[in-house]
Amino acid sequence: MALEKFLWAFVIGGGICVIGQIMMDVFRLTPSHTMSTLVVAGAVLGGLGLYEPLIKFAGAGASVPISSFGNSLVKGALAEAEKTGIIGVLTGIFEVTSAGVSAAIIFGFIASLLFRPKA
Amino acid sequence: MSNKKKKKLTPTQQEYQALANNLEPKRPVMANCIKAFLVGGTICTLGQGLQWMFIEYFNFTEDTAGDPTVAVLIFISALLTGLGVYDHIAQFGGAGTAVPVTGFANTVASASIEHRSEGYVLGVGGNMFKLAGSVIAFGVFSAFVVALVKITIKKLGGM
Repeated sequence: MALEKFLWAFVIGGGICVIGQIMMDVFRLTPSHTMSTLVVAGAVLGGLGLYEPLIKFAGAGASVPISSFGNSLVKGALAEAEKTGIIGVLTGIFEVTSAGVSAAIIFGFIASLLFRPKA
Repeated sequence: MSNKKKKKLTPTQQEYQALANNLEPKRPVMANCIKAFLVGGTICTLGQGLQWMFIEYFNFTEDTAGDPTVAVLIFISALLTGLGVYDHIAQFGGAGTAVPVTGFANTVASASIEHRSEGYVLGVGGNMFKLAGSVIAFGVFSAFVVALVKITIKKLGGM
């Protein structure tokens, strides 16, 4: 993997974060609103077929920001719908993202077992 | 505040609103954006490094390397949240720490830790997705709509 892939990951990933920062600072959205908006944007871009090329181009710069969560949900739903018909939208929606969601639940739970809230 | 809401206020309230807006400290938007860019970019570069490692040394392909990468990032984020370090990074990085998947893990872990005093079922289990839930709810619903629209278009012979 070439060094330029790291550079683009930095630039595109940082750029998506700047969009989030502008939404928070200029449009006065809460972090939750910002993240939800980015997820919906990712889903719409995924549906239009524009997000995958961005991941091909920027690697983790596009797949680490939360917008990729929306894209992955659409991707899983469409891939499964292709195989099993319309019900695949329901069964496939978490297929690609299950690693992220499960990891967040598991490590979050373990964290609550190990750590106490800071004062 | 939207104009619609503003019209409902009495003149005194409007005056107060104007005064409050003037006194509110101006946000250093430019500086915040630069910080968000640097921190967010660094987290994504770290992700790229992990992805490269999984492809190079653990026989993952470009398509499958995303899962372990995200899992490791979430693990690191949950650990740093538990140690109280993530909050300090977030204070500096703003959206740079909130937008990457690490921010999602941070909201889950911090909500879990914060509510453990209410018990594991009602506290941890019930509040885990207090903040992250909106991301999942809106993500899944919008993905559902997008997928249905796309399938319908395909059925009708377009695209």
